[in-house]
Amino acid sequence: MLLCSLRFRRIWEKFVFSVLCLAALANIAALFGVIFFIAWNALPAMSWEFFSAAPRNSMTEGGVWPCIVGTVMLAVGTVSIAFPLGVASAVYLCEYAGRAPLAKFIRLGVNSLAGVPSIVFGLFGMSFFVITCKLGISLLSGILTLAVLTLPVIISTAEEALRQVPQSLRDASYALGATPGRTVARVVLPAAFPGMLTGAILGLARASGETAAVMFTAAVFFTTKPVDSIFSPVMTLPNHIYVLATSGTQIAKTLPLQYGTALLLLLLVTGMNLLALAARDRLQNRPRF
Amino acid sequence: MKSSQGRLTRFVLAGLAGSSLLFLALIVLFLFMEGLPIFTLLTASDFFLGMSWYPTANPPDFGIFPLIAGSAAVTLVASGTAIPLGVMTAVWLAEVAPASMRRIGKPLVELLAALPSVVVGLFGMVVVAPLLQDYLGVDSGLNLFNAGLMLAMMSVPTICSITEDALQAVPVSLREASLALGATRWETTVKVVLPSAASGIGTACMLGISRSIGETMVVLMVAGGASLLPLSLFDPVRPLPASIAAEIAEVSFGGEHYHALFAVGLTLFMSTLLFNLVALRIAGNSAEKG
Repeated sequence: MLLCSLRFRRIWEKFVFSVLCLAALANIAALFGVIFFIAWNALPAMSWEFFSAAPRNSMTEGGVWPCIVGTVMLAVGTVSIAFPLGVASAVYLCEYAGRAPLAKFIRLGVNSLAGVPSIVFGLFGMSFFVITCKLGISLLSGILTLAVLTLPVIISTAEEALRQVPQSLRDASYALGATPGRTVARVVLPAAFPGMLTGAILGLARASGETAAVMFTAAVFFTTKPVDSIFSPVMTLPNHIYVLATSGTQIAKTLPLQYGTALLLLLLVTGMNLLALAARDRLQNRPRF
Repeated sequence: MKSSQGRLTRFVLAGLAGSSLLFLALIVLFLFMEGLPIFTLLTASDFFLGMSWYPTANPPDFGIFPLIAGSAAVTLVASGTAIPLGVMTAVWLAEVAPASMRRIGKPLVELLAALPSVVVGLFGMVVVAPLLQDYLGVDSGLNLFNAGLMLAMMSVPTICSITEDALQAVPVSLREASLALGATRWETTVKVVLPSAASGIGTACMLGISRSIGETMVVLMVAGGASLLPLSLFDPVRPLPASIAAEIAEVSFGGEHYHALFAVGLTLFMSTLLFNLVALRIAGNSAEKG
């Protein structure tokens, strides 16, 4: 390269930068490609019945209302357990632990938990919650399994939010004579709360889109029973897509339903993620205290 | 009074925070408890190196080597695509793109990670597979190549996002020093920025690989499902997670097949844990160096 003229180096740089730009565009193309194909093919399936009715005629007609109910209940249940637990964990790690060896262990545990494949959570949920705790294939088993699965996301977002609270705020509170507990409760948590909420939204999104961890803990192919207790099995959107696409007898006939369900799930999950991303962008670019 | 209350709060919070460790321990415990009994039936080498996986035959064969090979092949194809693509995208975002493009571009790439895996699987089945059949003339579009591509799409965001953070963390003064010596921006990127960010990029790649190994729905729907050693890029394969997901619903609780599938799960858990720990190690080392 030393022998090359400056002119050549400039041209080479331009060339490489365009290749990099193409790589970036390829990702965006993949994202919009998936959304576009699913949405385009899903249009014929969109009707009021699709949203409001239950599947009929061995799942080849009708709608996905029970799946919407199941998915929402699972996601809300999951976050209502994982969010308080995750926030408490993050408060301990950021505000109380300091350099305690326990904190180091917990961080290692959280990081390892974050990397566990979802099918392993499914196996665990099945053997522990479903069989050992005798909860059966139920909403509750699914919620507990998903709570463990989403915990790392919520903890790391909450930690991030706590770290963004300026030290000067804590110092000011101490200077006024507040105890550490009071400082956390009255000063740090309120300041960090909006950031923590992004974690809750990401948890909701993750729980709604999850298939492998729910397949053997909460979801069933088809049920006509309304979900009247936390021990009822549920139908979920992701599981419905999987079932229609792989194990129906009339896979071609249900194709519009598959696309329709996929579009609904896609809108739900990417919508929540967009909301979280926008909130994060807002928080990061807001004026400092 | 105050300090004892403070100590109580601290204790309770530590207990709640410890729940992550408890869950991890329970996961490991149950995988071992339900997986180990298979080794009373056959030796570890028969299990890991056995060439045939016919769990429902009589007598059944529980050799998971074809499944391991399937996982390895799919991960190789996925990482071979996702690592260059992810790193290149990150370099473009961090070093080339103007700030306004970065602010839009990075969230868009991260949104790719938000696509539910079952939707990506459906896309692979109904859109990519027919394309492969029509244009490449392969027998079935559900194969190693297709699954690798879909997995790549899912691991690019992980790789790109962490690499971009690592590049952002390289001090501007290093770049300025190189530019002042007459290097072009690209030469600065290759010879100064990338080497300084090497450990972060290493972490990104390890986490990307780990994600590809563990991803279930995509390989379940798109990889083809044949427990054979892949000999070409377009052979169907049956990676470890696909095997668990496809079979666990039909096994009897406590049977041989049940235990075998938990042992498969244990294998999967251990391999992703290995890549995650390596990733943490690389990240930790560079943090200590400052």
